[in-house]
Amino acid sequence: MIQIRIHGRGGQGVVTAAELLALAAFQDGKASQAFPSFGSERTGAPVTAFCRIDSQPIRSREPVYHPDVLLIQDSTLLHQVEVFGGLTAPAIVLINSTRNVEALHLTDFVTQHPGVQMYTLPASDLAMKHVGRPFANIGMVAGYAALTGEVTKASVNKAIKDKFSGGMGGLNVAVAAEVYDYVAANMTKV
Amino acid sequence: MKKQIEGSQAVAHVVALCRPEVMACYPISPQTHIVETLSRKVKAGEVGNCQFLNVESEFGALSVLIGASAMGARTYTATTSQGLLFMAEAVYNAAGLGLPIVMTIANRALGAPINIWNDHSDSMSMRDSGWIQLYAEDNQEAVDLHIQAFRLAEELSCPVMVCMDGYILTHAYESVDLPTQEQVDAYVPAFEPVQVLDPQDPVSIGAMVGPEAYAEVRYLAHHKHVRALEAIPRLSQAFQDIFQRPSGGLLDPYETEGAETILLALGSVNGTIKDAVDDLRKEGWPVGSVALRSFRPFPSHVLRHVVQDAKRIIVIEKDLAMGKGGIVSSDVKMALRGLPIIVDTVIAGLGGRPIPKTSVIDTVKRACLEGLEEPHFLDLNWEAINRELTRQQEQRRSGPTPENLLREMGVPGAKPV
Amino acid sequence: MSYQRVKFYQTGTFTVGNRLLDESDRTVQAGMDRTNSLDSGHRACQGCGEALGARYALDAVMRATHRQMVAVNATGCLEVFSSPYPESAWQIPWLHSLFGNAPAVASGVAAALRAKGKTDIRVIAQGGDGATVDIGFGCLSGMFERNDDVLYVCYDNEAYMNTGVQRSGSTPPRAWTNTTQAVGTDPGNPMGVGKNLPRIAMAHGIPYVATASVADLHDLEAKVTKSMAIRGARYIHIHVPCPLGWKSDPAHTIKVARLAVESGLFPLFEAEGGHVTDRTRIRNKVPVERYLELQGRFNHLLHPRDESALGAIQAMADANINLYQLLSSEA
Repeated sequence: MIQIRIHGRGGQGVVTAAELLALAAFQDGKASQAFPSFGSERTGAPVTAFCRIDSQPIRSREPVYHPDVLLIQDSTLLHQVEVFGGLTAPAIVLINSTRNVEALHLTDFVTQHPGVQMYTLPASDLAMKHVGRPFANIGMVAGYAALTGEVTKASVNKAIKDKFSGGMGGLNVAVAAEVYDYVAANMTKV
Repeated sequence: MKKQIEGSQAVAHVVALCRPEVMACYPISPQTHIVETLSRKVKAGEVGNCQFLNVESEFGALSVLIGASAMGARTYTATTSQGLLFMAEAVYNAAGLGLPIVMTIANRALGAPINIWNDHSDSMSMRDSGWIQLYAEDNQEAVDLHIQAFRLAEELSCPVMVCMDGYILTHAYESVDLPTQEQVDAYVPAFEPVQVLDPQDPVSIGAMVGPEAYAEVRYLAHHKHVRALEAIPRLSQAFQDIFQRPSGGLLDPYETEGAETILLALGSVNGTIKDAVDDLRKEGWPVGSVALRSFRPFPSHVLRHVVQDAKRIIVIEKDLAMGKGGIVSSDVKMALRGLPIIVDTVIAGLGGRPIPKTSVIDTVKRACLEGLEEPHFLDLNWEAINRELTRQQEQRRSGPTPENLLREMGVPGAKPV
Repeated sequence: MSYQRVKFYQTGTFTVGNRLLDESDRTVQAGMDRTNSLDSGHRACQGCGEALGARYALDAVMRATHRQMVAVNATGCLEVFSSPYPESAWQIPWLHSLFGNAPAVASGVAAALRAKGKTDIRVIAQGGDGATVDIGFGCLSGMFERNDDVLYVCYDNEAYMNTGVQRSGSTPPRAWTNTTQAVGTDPGNPMGVGKNLPRIAMAHGIPYVATASVADLHDLEAKVTKSMAIRGARYIHIHVPCPLGWKSDPAHTIKVARLAVESGLFPLFEAEGGHVTDRTRIRNKVPVERYLELQGRFNHLLHPRDESALGAIQAMADANINLYQLLSSEA
């Protein structure tokens, strides 16, 4: 089972990100589950969402305490919320930022946690380019797919089209495509 | 057809297929997605001639359905927590009048203190109202139980509550096999009321009944629940025949064969419990679990039969009877009286506190090795409690307890999940 | 005016001639074929104004709907005295649910009829002032704002009578009840409190609102009949004396009701879409004391005389006369 935890702020589409991952996994023929950590959500407040993917039915209902994958949609959370809580190697961390791990002051963290692979991805910028709004969620989902192959790009694209109707679907698929290229060009796959 | 879908959406989809004629809804978290989706379906003309009323309160909602059901219409609504309490008078009234209303309870804690997260205190408060109470373990079950609920309610002329954990199930996005209209039509026949308002054949419904007959009327209502003990498994079998998957029934045993210790719970925590059972079994612990589907009527005989060879039943319940302890565990103890079985009460998950698998495993081990105090509170912050008790003893005007505790525990949201 | 009012002037007798009217102008109650929706054998007190009001109203509805109607009743005197287990005085389909939900239950009945395409069957909701003005107020307002096709009839005897005469939001100023007793410096119900449900109904903009009295049968029946020709939320507020709670002579029920109208304290009017459209003029205005003196619940205002209170009550009556032009001969 893969356990994914997504951190962001209310209004950034964190729950949608979790659902896209779950939907993509479903299209891939896997069992998947997505749900938010139900807080008094309001725009701007820290929110968390979870996604589990497995080859057999998922029965667990607890929050993800020990994520295998951390997607951090808003880097301002890094030193405000305990986003890394429960992170156990081997694990992947993907952070939405134009800066690299060093510029985010996380090199020490990486050194202290062998088995944790940390990446940054300018997901908001890539979204701005195509959609005109800095919704990083699409990019983060696509980035995860591209890095790990745990969900296929084809399923991610289909999930995007299912969730976003009309023109928006097409634009978001373009964002995903750009992210796939970016990852291929700039990052070593897991 | 399997679809990855939010629990609320799945329930709304299926309720619409059951051909309700009148729905009256008042919004309350976490049920809102259900009623929003149903209102859209009705407005879009997807639910035949169904009438959807936006009402002024939950009390109004159930009252509207009382009138509509008495007029011979198939009726549905959804609520939770404070809303269920607000309609409490109507809840008892509907059951007493024998109206086959179906209602979703998106289980949520009761205030004060106000809390929007999941536990079972709301439906527990109505456990003696005369409504049948069914609890769903996952969203597939939630969907299937609604279909069975309409048929069960109308067969017995008794209202049915389908309970699904608020947020944990309503807002969970997972795979559900959604039935077709044909399948639902094959399972749920047209509503034929036992009593109906009809100008051609006038009757008075809702008369006062004095000491000379009230007890008999109440016994007959209780008798419907006795009949439900037979009807629920039968309807579950009929469901399997049409929908080609097992669903419903009074309870669901898991790995109880040869189990010395059996966990028992209602609702979604059974998923986590099954994982815990598997882990414990791998370590050599003879553990099993029972998921109770029907809480009212309480399936005493069937439960007794399933667990009679166990040494210990650990009841994990998301409710707390003030001044007493367990509610479900009390019913379990009654059902098992005379048998040499220890029944532990574990109060867990109140107000939406997560129940981690590790806590379940630790509790089972502790129960078997040392025994548990009665009741046992899972994962309670005893330090914070004791500090508050000291504070209250030292100063008369110690202030609102929630404020003190929240201050102790820091700003919510800044802590890890 | 919905009908041509015919005035009979006869002295020395109370048998005023329905017999002198053309059959088509006679009241429903005068007909041999009246439905007796609320049949005899019910357990109302001697002189109960509500029993009268309910029979008048429902028989008129039965005629207007060709007997295609369903009634929803709130808990209260009417519900209790009409359905003493194991008997029922109702000749119509009748549903009693709770104290506070009659308007909502009626909305539900109407919704079911719409769902089944049986909208020729009409729905009446009825209750006393307690159920209407207080505990059922939320549901009533909801029914109004949704404009559900329900006629709500309130039988206003100005207190919670079935539970032993306690004050409601409809209890008039200075009246004694068991929870506003005639003791202390401010005996009886305080001045300046209470709800005017007809005007609140009007504020919802519903198609039809009217007040009526058991003292004027023609007027009451005409209003009920007119309301049944309209679809949507409608409200009729009927003044019904309660000899027990008002401490009046059971033989005076109609007289007391008439004096309430003739003093101006209970104005008879109609409103559509939130605006007053017509009123029933006062034939012989009487000072409020003629009305108050027949009721023991106002004893403390007359013995000894409380001029200030009487003056205030007279002022209320005069204000109504002005507002609704109850004495004016112009429309």
